[in-house]
Amino acid sequence: MYEFLNELLGNQILAMLLTAAVPLVFILLFTLFAVWLERKVSAHMQDRLGPMRVGWHGSLQLIADFLKILQKEAPVSLEADKPLYNFAPVLVFAGSFAAFAAIPFSSKLIGSEIELGLFYILAVSSFMVIGILMAGWSSNNKYSLLGAMRSAAQIVSYEIPTALVVLGMIMLTGTLSLTKISEMQTSSFWNWYILGGPGLSLSKFLLIPFMIIGFIIIYISTLAEVNRTPFDIPEAESELVAGYFTEYPGIKYAMFMLTEYANMFAVSAIVSILFFGGYQSPVGYLGNMLGIHWMIPFEQAFWFISKGLFFVFVQIWLRWTLPRLRVDQLMALCWKYLIPYAFLNLIIIGIISLL
Amino acid sequence: MKTREEIFEILKAQFPDAVLGIDASLPTEPLISIDPLKIKDICVFLRDSEELKFDSLMLLSGVDDANGTKTKDEQGHDVITGGTLSVYYHLDSVYLKHRVTLKVSAPRENPDVESVSYVWRSADWHEREAFDLLGINFLNHPNLIRILMPYDWEGYPLRKDYKNPEFYLGMKVN
Amino acid sequence: MALKTERMVLNMGPQHPSTHGVLRLELEIEGELVTKVTPHIGYLHRCFEKHCEAMMYNQVVPYTDRMDYLASMYNNWGYALAVEKLCGIQVPERVEYIRVIMGELQRIASHAVAVGTFGLDIGAWTPFLYLFRDRERILTLFEMTCGARLLYNYIWVGGLSHDIHPDFVRMTREFLESFKPTVTEVNNLLSYNKIFIERTANIGVLPLDTAINYGCTGPTLRGSGLAYDLRRDDTYSIYNKFDFNVITGQGLQGTLGDTWDRYYVRVQEMLESVKIIEQALDQLPAEGDVQSAIPKRIKPPKGHVYTRVENPRGELGYFIISDGNTNPFRVKVRPPSFVHLEIMDDLTRGHLISDIMAILGSIDIVLGEVDR
Repeated sequence: MYEFLNELLGNQILAMLLTAAVPLVFILLFTLFAVWLERKVSAHMQDRLGPMRVGWHGSLQLIADFLKILQKEAPVSLEADKPLYNFAPVLVFAGSFAAFAAIPFSSKLIGSEIELGLFYILAVSSFMVIGILMAGWSSNNKYSLLGAMRSAAQIVSYEIPTALVVLGMIMLTGTLSLTKISEMQTSSFWNWYILGGPGLSLSKFLLIPFMIIGFIIIYISTLAEVNRTPFDIPEAESELVAGYFTEYPGIKYAMFMLTEYANMFAVSAIVSILFFGGYQSPVGYLGNMLGIHWMIPFEQAFWFISKGLFFVFVQIWLRWTLPRLRVDQLMALCWKYLIPYAFLNLIIIGIISLL
Repeated sequence: MKTREEIFEILKAQFPDAVLGIDASLPTEPLISIDPLKIKDICVFLRDSEELKFDSLMLLSGVDDANGTKTKDEQGHDVITGGTLSVYYHLDSVYLKHRVTLKVSAPRENPDVESVSYVWRSADWHEREAFDLLGINFLNHPNLIRILMPYDWEGYPLRKDYKNPEFYLGMKVN
Repeated sequence: MALKTERMVLNMGPQHPSTHGVLRLELEIEGELVTKVTPHIGYLHRCFEKHCEAMMYNQVVPYTDRMDYLASMYNNWGYALAVEKLCGIQVPERVEYIRVIMGELQRIASHAVAVGTFGLDIGAWTPFLYLFRDRERILTLFEMTCGARLLYNYIWVGGLSHDIHPDFVRMTREFLESFKPTVTEVNNLLSYNKIFIERTANIGVLPLDTAINYGCTGPTLRGSGLAYDLRRDDTYSIYNKFDFNVITGQGLQGTLGDTWDRYYVRVQEMLESVKIIEQALDQLPAEGDVQSAIPKRIKPPKGHVYTRVENPRGELGYFIISDGNTNPFRVKVRPPSFVHLEIMDDLTRGHLISDIMAILGSIDIVLGEVDR
């Protein structure tokens, strides 16, 4: 997209800013929608209506909430480490925002088409850990500190099974580029990696069960990485009040929330790219049928966002159904179950791909 | 299951000095009076005796008997001197399903009662409450501090001659 | 180089999302491990016992409401029983039936809050709202009867403040029918949920002898495996006319007396209460003045009385000393929550911070009653 805008405008800086603006706008709009979705979904699961007053079925509720939160006074505790305290939400948000740069919304709509896309996303999303630790430490609050320690331990641990599953996919596809992985799964859902990838060879059918296991492992571990129930122990409200962002008011608090929802979409996007064809349509494109080729990128964006939203919906669904794990059980799940299974899965995928 | 009179007879035989008497004239429940400094030994006996087995202390309540001489101070508040403060023990046997009420009375000026918190763990907080609200001093209690009132409160509110302080930490009390 | 470590003191409360009121727990922790818990209470202390000494016997009833605000009916009832015993008042049979119906409805409502907020402490939101939906219907029944939803002032010495509404029996039956599926729903969603069991089984084990020594009663004692229920073992009112089971913990998911057992006793007790209400509605005498036995002026003889009722949390006892005047000389309450809160330190030692919430939720305290 940057190249296209650069040619169009002839100004590198302007093109860069515009390229960056697209994911930012997307994150903002998505957060507004996802929070509304979360409230409505949870309400209907619990025999309630949820927000109903502002706009149609409360659709403008989040705008009202956002305006309120913008106007809030932002007191800082006297004992807080102010530079770190103020910088932490920015760093946390930067981590998740940077990940969006390499996520292909469609074959054309991508911030930067880097070859090392997957590696880059894994790397920058670990940025968040530093921000969270900063927030927890600088707040000078024991709940924040405990929440930050829990969160750091959790994110670092759960990155291992995520990375192992991603490694298996890299072995299979031979590339780190998210666009290329998406392109491999083109034309039909039959070619998605959850169904063993493209082609009709024997290895495709052998791969299917291990792909499903891999998908389950990466879904669980990404759920833990974004601190969602049943893994929301860093911000467990019944124990730690709000975890690492207990002391943050107003717009800084909003940035943490923004990060949480942006991350929900980012991990859903990665899962859908690796296993569910990314931006590829499951059945073919209307643009191809009608012969209108400029329509295809928009269709792709539609499919990509739909897939992402579906996985976000599943995350919400889980949150309002399951209780929360305890911190030691969370670690046990990661180190005793997910990592060994992920290794085994990796080896088996390696053997099959050699066939 | 034993009646209160039978329990009294057993106790009287075991502790002739410490058990002071039974008041069966009351309309509802007979009451066994005990020496305040012997209450712990009696409670250990009540708990461990095979035929009594009082395994839980249901309620321990401090009471200001207000039976001293009443005078007025210069502001017109009641002041009681002399008389007694009492502690009532309601014991219950979960297995044998019988109950008994014990009473100890200690002089108001020096209300020392032996603690039973080593006999029943539930006595701990009940005794702290009686100390907090009535100023009864439980000897050998592990942690006799205020429980319901602020730790730095002065005076014992449930005494009949309690006078509200005018200020608490500079705040007006009304 | 050895890292320097030190114990951290964490003040949980008085304002904290899951201390169920204004309770302050002073935790000594090593990392996530809790080494000591000291409860600090008294933030809601409002001198109930002192107030009583300045009131006439019948004026005390509204004050009792405010102690255990989730089970106000029982507070009224226990007090009324004590004064009735002191004065030797016999109440009409219809009043007894209505009291039992109201009491058991209150037990369902209170257990619904206990079970729901316990789920909330573990992180499960949805069962909480399902149970509150049904509790709301019970509160509507109460509102229909006496106009209040939380603090009823309904059971008076010698009678009741109002007779029941003509629709009450029909609506209660409808409610009971619709309530049974909710319990199944909660069981499916919470009780047998793998994560929930992991969080609660073998946590906060309360051995039976410790429980008895601490004076625990109610679901907390029954969760440790002893079938002891004042409704059956020290029958008051007309509970001997009903057929119901005393639920005890079985150690189904772990050790006997763990958090899960105490929780599950409450879930099952709701169904037992449904059974009692159904029987009481069948036997309810059709006519009768509920206020015929209310004395004009209460002046009991000199003496003292201790009565107890099985409140949803345990044994609620009233110890009243009368000096022959119209005011009680001394009213002392035995609040079950006060006694149960004392076992926190024993139960939590060696557990993690998250378990504190589970244990505190499982002993189900109401701070209004602890502090009085």
